[in-house]
Amino acid sequence: MDKIRVLIVDDSSVMRKIVERSLRQAGIEIEKVVEASNGAEGLAALRDNVVDLILCDINMPVMDGLEFVRQVSTVENAKGVPIVMITTEGSEAHVVQALQAGARGYIRKPFTSDQVKEHVLPVLGKKP
Amino acid sequence: MTTDTSLVTRSPEENWLPVLELAVEEVFEIMVGCRVKPAAQSDLKPKGEFTAMVGLAGALCGILTVCCDAKTAGEVARSMLGDTARSEEEVADALGEICNMIAGNFKNKLAGTDDRCMLSVPTVISGGEYNFYSLAEGNFMETVMLFADQPVSVRLQLNS
Repeated sequence: MDKIRVLIVDDSSVMRKIVERSLRQAGIEIEKVVEASNGAEGLAALRDNVVDLILCDINMPVMDGLEFVRQVSTVENAKGVPIVMITTEGSEAHVVQALQAGARGYIRKPFTSDQVKEHVLPVLGKKP
Repeated sequence: MTTDTSLVTRSPEENWLPVLELAVEEVFEIMVGCRVKPAAQSDLKPKGEFTAMVGLAGALCGILTVCCDAKTAGEVARSMLGDTARSEEEVADALGEICNMIAGNFKNKLAGTDDRCMLSVPTVISGGEYNFYSLAEGNFMETVMLFADQPVSVRLQLNS
């Protein structure tokens, strides 16, 4: 698999590190990780960076993950980039909201690297 | 995941404590890589040097806190991140995320509650020289779990 560039949006720096580690444990080779601590920072990061994958929390200050996902398509660099939510908000309503907003996958915290593999590889066009 | 709707209609203290304990066990096992179990001694209390809090609003309204001493909080962070977890800020961040995941995992186990309950972002207090008062006058449940033989208190205070 080609190395990918990934944007991780989460207000917890600890969780951003764990998500990156889980991607590597899932066998995904990473060329570059861009980090943002809320949706607004995530949009700004997308204007300055081209990425192949976005992983995003929902509950964040300033701009939450659902609003971020709704606005991603307004950033020219980011059109068509797959988005996978990684969040404690595990309800069906949140999943539906996220998918309607434009997310392609949904992982509930706590999560294993196997779950990351299962949900991320398909959106990258790979078999889990 | 437990999806027994009857859990929502009975007394929270009576029915929800095992659900809360299961939520804690799962979060520690998956994210910290360590099994925790309820302490046998009910009077075992941690020194409250780190307290993480997450608010719940909606179908469940209240606050969930995770409390432990500084050494234990550091061990939790190191277990999550490896030796890279060094600063107090990272330790607080790690404990806040643990609290957040416990709250989310708990509400997701209660059928009919998860769709109608929102969580706040976590807040973490470090330092033990404070008293905690909640204006909520409802029910509460508390469990003390052992992590590396050290007590970690998890308390859910619900508004009436």
